[in-house]
Amino acid sequence: MALEKSDVENIAHLARLAIGEEDIPAYAENLSNILSLVEQMSSVDTSGVTPMAHPLDMAQRLREDVVSEPNQREHLQAHAPAVENGLFLVPKVIE
Amino acid sequence: MEWEVVIGCEIHTQLATQSKIFSGAATAYGAEPNTQACAVDLGLPGVLPVLNKEAVRMAVKFGLAVDAEIGKRSVFARKNYFYPDLPKGYQISQFELPIVGKGHLEIELEDGSTKTIGITRAHLEEDAGKSLHEDFHGLTGIDLNRAGTPLLEIVSDPDMRSGAEAAAYMRKIHSIVTYIGICDGNLQEGSFRCDVNISMRPKGQAEFGTRAEIKNLNSFRYVEKAVEYEMERQIAILESGGKVVQETRLFDPDRGETRSMRSKEEANDYRYFPDPDLLPVIVDDDTIEAIRATLPELPDAKRARYIGALGLSEKDAGGLTAAKATADYFEALLTSSGCEAKLCANWVMGELSAALNKDSKSIDESPVSAEQFGGLLKRIADNTISGKIAKEVFEAMWNGEGSADEVIEKKGLKQITDTGAIDAAIDEVIAGNPAQVENYRNAEPEKRGKMVGFFVGQVMKATGGKANPGQVNQLLKARLDALL
Repeated sequence: MALEKSDVENIAHLARLAIGEEDIPAYAENLSNILSLVEQMSSVDTSGVTPMAHPLDMAQRLREDVVSEPNQREHLQAHAPAVENGLFLVPKVIE
Repeated sequence: MEWEVVIGCEIHTQLATQSKIFSGAATAYGAEPNTQACAVDLGLPGVLPVLNKEAVRMAVKFGLAVDAEIGKRSVFARKNYFYPDLPKGYQISQFELPIVGKGHLEIELEDGSTKTIGITRAHLEEDAGKSLHEDFHGLTGIDLNRAGTPLLEIVSDPDMRSGAEAAAYMRKIHSIVTYIGICDGNLQEGSFRCDVNISMRPKGQAEFGTRAEIKNLNSFRYVEKAVEYEMERQIAILESGGKVVQETRLFDPDRGETRSMRSKEEANDYRYFPDPDLLPVIVDDDTIEAIRATLPELPDAKRARYIGALGLSEKDAGGLTAAKATADYFEALLTSSGCEAKLCANWVMGELSAALNKDSKSIDESPVSAEQFGGLLKRIADNTISGKIAKEVFEAMWNGEGSADEVIEKKGLKQITDTGAIDAAIDEVIAGNPAQVENYRNAEPEKRGKMVGFFVGQVMKATGGKANPGQVNQLLKARLDALL
């Protein structure tokens, strides 16, 4: 399966990656190669095989519902670029 | 053309756990910004989510309450999108294998009929944080206290056909989740919010039309209004030959309108995949049965019992059982007063709800407790006061003037049952209304019964409402008939 230029642009946008116009053909080729590798697996009959949710054949351990994390706001905000009144500040998000 | 509306709902209920779904941070409402957001909630590198047992238990409990298939093996998936209040760049949710599968419930409609609404599924997920857009000199403030709060998203089948049905469905889910204690049901604080999908189709057509999704409705009334507005809007578009755009809209309660939130110029592409940080969740039969054993009497069963065993009307039973707090109060009143169910129901649905409404209080905040209220009803039952005087006593109790007995004593409201005192009042009334007495004597015998009412009213007035009306009626009839 060969990816178009627009596919690459869409994937880059979804991942919020800025890629140069001149790099798009190379990305398209590399990604297409990966996809054709994966496509080889379509030749295997997988009917009757349960899709794998996790490589480990184990069940999720559960935690008791207890508050164990104290407030560490100061510590956790020490590396934030901008904070005010206890809030993290980020570039304006406009709906 | 005749149009039919098709409605499906997604309800987000915040689970009433102490800690978050994947971390040990607290979930209490109203804390200072970011004081309940730990490294896991912030999505810092190297952290691992660990699932909260109570959240799983609550989800299963809901599934059992709506007679649903329980996902004995459910899987968490990453829903990928970028937004500043979602620090990881994905929301942990469930996609292919949710914890609750197909179920159903019944809603009661205005005309007294019931309708079955299908539940498609319910899945566990984490809530996002909150963005604050005001007052930060061109920047957006982010509070991540809510990030990681456990949610159960309940998805209905597209089974509703009017705004009233959608609101009835939302009320029913609200009633169930609060009955089983998995959600505090607080609509103002956002613990319970509803997204409504609405589309129109020509009546009789099988395929669905294009839908619009109205997000974040936090009131039953808004759901009904939003649906009604949306129906009109979509019919107008379709009848003028246009096409409904599939989009997310917001309801503006002040104007009673919905408006476009953002045109989905790009279709959402969440690229779900199983979260490698979390293993499949296994719920075994023993656990399911242990959870089933903790289910309380559910609203429908309680309603049926109130009608069947207690002899209440459908209206009273429906009103009393809609909210667990009301049913609890009613049952406590039944016990504390020892009175008949009908009397208790009348007072809860009548005076008490009117007073609560007037002061915008919830039943939990009632200044008159079920115990104190029981003291009042006892005095009606033992004829110390009449029902009419009891309303006066109730008002005084509501205003904090003491217990029923204290108010009756202080205001001298005790009913007069002494025949002598009533006779004296009757003498006075008969003497003071010769014309009415004359009319009574000349009236057709079958009309006299009604005419006694005038005299009863006068005697009650003369005794300040304290005479026993039944006794007055009896004595008056005897006296008047003696005059014939």
